[in-house]
Amino acid sequence: MTTEEKPALTKKDFVTDQEVRWCPGCGDYAILNGVQQTFATLGIPKEEFVVVSGIGCSSRFPYYMDTYGFHTIHGRAPALASGVKIANPNLQVWVVTGDGDALSIGGNHIIHAARRNMDIKVLLFNNRIYGLTKGQYSPTSPPGTKTGSSPYGSLDAPFNPISLMLGAGASFVARAVDTQIPHLKTVLQAAHEHKGFAFVEILQNCNIFNDKAFEHITGKDIRDDRQVDLRPGQPMVYGKEHEKGLRFAHGGIDLVSADEAQTWDSEEPAGSLAYRICQGAEDADVPVPIGIFRQVQQSTLDSAIHEQIQQITDNLGKGTLESLLSAGETWQVG
Amino acid sequence: MPTSPADTPTPTLSLDEVVIRFAGDSGDGMQLTGSQFTNTSALAGNDLATFPDYPAEIRAPIGTTFGVSGFQLRFASHSIHTPGDAPDVLVAMNPAALKNNIADLKAGGVLIANTGNFNDKFIAKAGYEADPLDDPTLEEQFTVVKVDLNKAAVNAVKETDLTPRQAERCKNILALGMLYWVYSRSLEPTEKWLKEKFAKKPEILKANILALHAGFAIAENSEIFQNRYDVLPADLDSGTYRNLMGNAALSMGLVAASHLSGLKLFLGSYPITPASDILHNLAHYKHHGVVTFQAEDEIAAITAAIGASFAGSLGITATSGPGLALKGEAMGLAVMTELPLLVINVQRGGPSTGMPTKTEQADLLQAMFGRHGECPIPIIAPQSPSNCFQTALEAAEIAVKFMTPVLILSDGSIANGAEPFKVPSAESLKPFPVKFHTESEGFLPYQRDEETYARPWALPGTPNLEHRLGGLEKSETTGNVDYGPENHERMVQLRADKVQAVANTYAPLEVFGEKSGKLLVLGWGSTYGSIHGAVDRAQNSGHAVSQLHLRNLWPLPSDLGEVLGNFEHVLLPEMNSGQLNLLIRGHYLVDTDSMTKIQGRPFSTGEILERIQSYFA
Repeated sequence: MTTEEKPALTKKDFVTDQEVRWCPGCGDYAILNGVQQTFATLGIPKEEFVVVSGIGCSSRFPYYMDTYGFHTIHGRAPALASGVKIANPNLQVWVVTGDGDALSIGGNHIIHAARRNMDIKVLLFNNRIYGLTKGQYSPTSPPGTKTGSSPYGSLDAPFNPISLMLGAGASFVARAVDTQIPHLKTVLQAAHEHKGFAFVEILQNCNIFNDKAFEHITGKDIRDDRQVDLRPGQPMVYGKEHEKGLRFAHGGIDLVSADEAQTWDSEEPAGSLAYRICQGAEDADVPVPIGIFRQVQQSTLDSAIHEQIQQITDNLGKGTLESLLSAGETWQVG
Repeated sequence: MPTSPADTPTPTLSLDEVVIRFAGDSGDGMQLTGSQFTNTSALAGNDLATFPDYPAEIRAPIGTTFGVSGFQLRFASHSIHTPGDAPDVLVAMNPAALKNNIADLKAGGVLIANTGNFNDKFIAKAGYEADPLDDPTLEEQFTVVKVDLNKAAVNAVKETDLTPRQAERCKNILALGMLYWVYSRSLEPTEKWLKEKFAKKPEILKANILALHAGFAIAENSEIFQNRYDVLPADLDSGTYRNLMGNAALSMGLVAASHLSGLKLFLGSYPITPASDILHNLAHYKHHGVVTFQAEDEIAAITAAIGASFAGSLGITATSGPGLALKGEAMGLAVMTELPLLVINVQRGGPSTGMPTKTEQADLLQAMFGRHGECPIPIIAPQSPSNCFQTALEAAEIAVKFMTPVLILSDGSIANGAEPFKVPSAESLKPFPVKFHTESEGFLPYQRDEETYARPWALPGTPNLEHRLGGLEKSETTGNVDYGPENHERMVQLRADKVQAVANTYAPLEVFGEKSGKLLVLGWGSTYGSIHGAVDRAQNSGHAVSQLHLRNLWPLPSDLGEVLGNFEHVLLPEMNSGQLNLLIRGHYLVDTDSMTKIQGRPFSTGEILERIQSYFA
């Protein structure tokens, strides 16, 4: 059967028969919906998707996606996904993870997957809290967060996931918001189209343990003024009427009018602009960036591995059982 | 080969076997010298076994006892199974090497001491108050050959551009040349090797060739050796042989398994002593389609291998004890998701960092039980370096046939020990082609095969077989998440039954000696050679002793209970504090006698023989 003969996929094709078990009102529902809708439009046969997750609320995701899926162990999804992708580079490998899974117990794996430019897509649902273990502060919780494990307020400084991924050399780094589905879908599409490691932080509300953690950025009434969508090659504008803009200045970022806004360069080799813009304080006047921080083309490890194998096979000839057994320095007895 | 001067030929005596130990500083090239002698003896047709014993420090402070690196080689005109107990010849490159090793030298043995390094500084560093070579009792016990190898090396390479310091570094090759004369060996294999190794460094090559020949000539002309010896070729089975270390044989077996199964190999590994050579070896087999992935850590190594197995490769991870501890949770995932996987543990001295370069068998219970939950995994242990090839094939076949992770328990002495490997012909190896599931009609990811209880292996990319795996408890047949109490108990039992079914594939146990009698010596892993030598000698003295060596440690062979019941006593030597002993007692309620050694070095044949004799006193 060729794929051309199949009818176009719809969101329904990606819905499983498993009852979704997230808390009512969880931001994960909207993200699941957005991912299912996006997958249906990518022109990829359903069987070529593999959704891999770690442990945590978000990591139940594969059970609800009617694709191949793997709910692995805590923090290790990027490593397992790397094995899948290297073994079969034709597959579309997506990792779903959370702030604890990816940045705490799995911190080592995500930075190395980024460094190697593994062609996998990582969606990090950041709700700044441990949900599945009933609400402890996470590596993205702001200091002072009061939780079961920090009744007097947490003391640790948080990671900025975008800055961490830029530092680890990720070739695609983006941010989206659980409640802004159309925007999320454009970011997911861009992540899919990017050949290489794609990291998408999704600001996600946990209405049970950390409700409204991003309200100061994502609230319906204020978000136009509090967010700027970074679109490669487009001016950095924001505001209800796109009337305001941003411009990098010596030592900071100036708030300017839309016509003075600087064009966003997501391919800047050093990535220093992406690094500067992701460092803004959420309580300052400068809007919080979402969209695509960085998007550069680099060689991917999975391709490089197979190219090297091909090259060595061309040089030495294809290994066979016979050539394996007859290799090396041997001697005869009898 | 140069010959002895015709007028005064040194007599050449024939020997059945010789044990030589080379000992020197970590930087003295003792491992290289030893492996060259090994290869040359292999090509001369001897049976042989080696035991490299080196410090964990790459270059420990010069002249210290803890920086001494040793390489023991036994070569024989008959079949042998161990690197030998006491050496006949000790080459001591400095006072520290003498101090560490002289107690092992056989009475009447030959000590070759490099006097060039027996200076006040090194004598003091080794903890001697005076030059130990001046001790008159030394000459009473041994034949002492004193040579200034440093000076001889400098003289030998005079015509090259090497600095005196560089020239001195040829002393190990010079010593090798001397021993080649003593044991009537050809210089050709080492010359060939040097030419390849130093192809791009002509001056170094020239110097080493000069040193090799100089050593040969010094031994021939200086009358420092009273005799010349020859060890004739061993009467091995006819066939093609290759000298292989355990890790190399294991790697070769894994690649053969790839060809026989039709699966691509994926090795996820993180460097760790003494397992790293498996990663190094497999990295050379890329033209066989082998993927090696040097992961960021032990956990990534195994999880990447699991991912590769999910996608249709044969996932493998190789490590040593500390790494196995880190992989425990992921091994549980492989058990739960019922994917084929090979986990190789080359055991070393523990716990914790322990003794990285020393051998031990203390991870058996970790391999059995070192995971949370009821988590059985088949375990296979190779019994010698060359046996690693067959072990790899068997492990791979079990993994794919039963859809299960399989643990291979090797150890440091097997990994780094070498012996002749009889290379099998391609036709003699049985293919076990893997057929992936493609039929969508009635597909259930946890529907089991009636005979093996294996679930279907359906690969991502196959239309209409989309399914989800994971670590949560599964519902029988559908594989959906299920926390039901009866279901959990049933699934625990099914996973155990599946692993138990592996025992149906074993060949009947083979006892060396009578099938019943007074004493059975039961062993596993690298103790095979020492036990075999001891049992063989005890049998020759008329004792009713037999040997049984287990290669399949889990599930235990179904005929083991019967064999154990046929003997009055069962002696169980292990390089741990009695781990298999605990399992055997627990399973069979038999009163086994544990014999333990936890010193980072193998049992000697003599130690085991002595214990056997105590039953017949």
